[in-house]
Amino acid sequence: MLQPKAIIEQLKKCGITHVVWLPDSESKFMYDALQAEKDLGFVPVCREGEAFAVASGLWVGGKNPVVLIQNTGLFESGDVLRGTALGLELPLLMMIGYRGYMELKSGKQPVDTAAVYTEPILKTWGIPFYHIETDEDTARIAEAYKQAQEISRPVAALICVEYNE
Amino acid sequence: MMRRDEVLALLAKSRTDEVVLTTMSTAQEWPAFSQSPYDFNARGTGMGHLPDMGLGVAVACPDRKVWVFNGDGSMLMNLGVLVSIAHTAPPNLILFVFENEIYEVTGGQPIPGRGRANFAEMAKAAGFPHTFDFNDLPTLERELPRILKLDGPVFINVKATPSGKKLSTKMVPVLAEVRALREALTQARR
Repeated sequence: MLQPKAIIEQLKKCGITHVVWLPDSESKFMYDALQAEKDLGFVPVCREGEAFAVASGLWVGGKNPVVLIQNTGLFESGDVLRGTALGLELPLLMMIGYRGYMELKSGKQPVDTAAVYTEPILKTWGIPFYHIETDEDTARIAEAYKQAQEISRPVAALICVEYNE
Repeated sequence: MMRRDEVLALLAKSRTDEVVLTTMSTAQEWPAFSQSPYDFNARGTGMGHLPDMGLGVAVACPDRKVWVFNGDGSMLMNLGVLVSIAHTAPPNLILFVFENEIYEVTGGQPIPGRGRANFAEMAKAAGFPHTFDFNDLPTLERELPRILKLDGPVFINVKATPSGKKLSTKMVPVLAEVRALREALTQARR
């Protein structure tokens, strides 16, 4: 299980200024902990595609956003991800809730096909990704961020388990 | 109704140092009225999502007004952003919708809800504190100076016919332009 504090520590290390988000079924405790952070701005959106355009605008304006959405929302974002984060070459950290990953990994039937398509779609978009399964893995968030800066492209930190309280 | 190029001419005259984001038909026509480092004429960046980008710029640059010129077809693609904008409520954001009731760039097909859907009412219901709907140039010209000074977000629907010029469906690279805008905003902060 992941501790929200470990993830927030990583975001602070990366100098993240804003979280652009849409809540998902596995991340309630993460949002509560983020809300308590006075130095982070929050921009909630109604549909995940907006998150990439908002993040693009924040970046244009000199801020350092992270997009926090679920894998289902990643799929929904297709064209705007193409046109903004990829097309405008944004060095964007994306934290993607990997719904269904643990079931897929253990050979059980996931709740739906979201996990089946997640990595193939990221590979098709040419978006590097890192799995975050334990608190020790959270150091990979900073690696993902660093890679995004180096290649001027979005990089995904895949949050593979539920956050813990 | 007024013509879109008449509205753009009026806005160019009214503009000072605002960031102006345009899309679709306005992205093709605005450069004739404005060549500013604070312009971004978005093409191919994801249909319907310019208002969200404007939201991000407005939040990032609270000391600068941000104007977004959206099309009615584009607005229909992403109505939820009206709520997103109203929720975060940046006071420096003005969202214009140019309503010509057609998908002009693709040949003039009517948009769904033509003549029935009311964008200003949608924005008001979404929570915008100030919403306006104009269908004649003299009224817009008279009201605009006051409206531009309001603490927003502000929504302005403009019923404007096409300008009469043929529009292109060709996408143009925008990377250099967006980088120039980012650099201009960075320099302005120094």
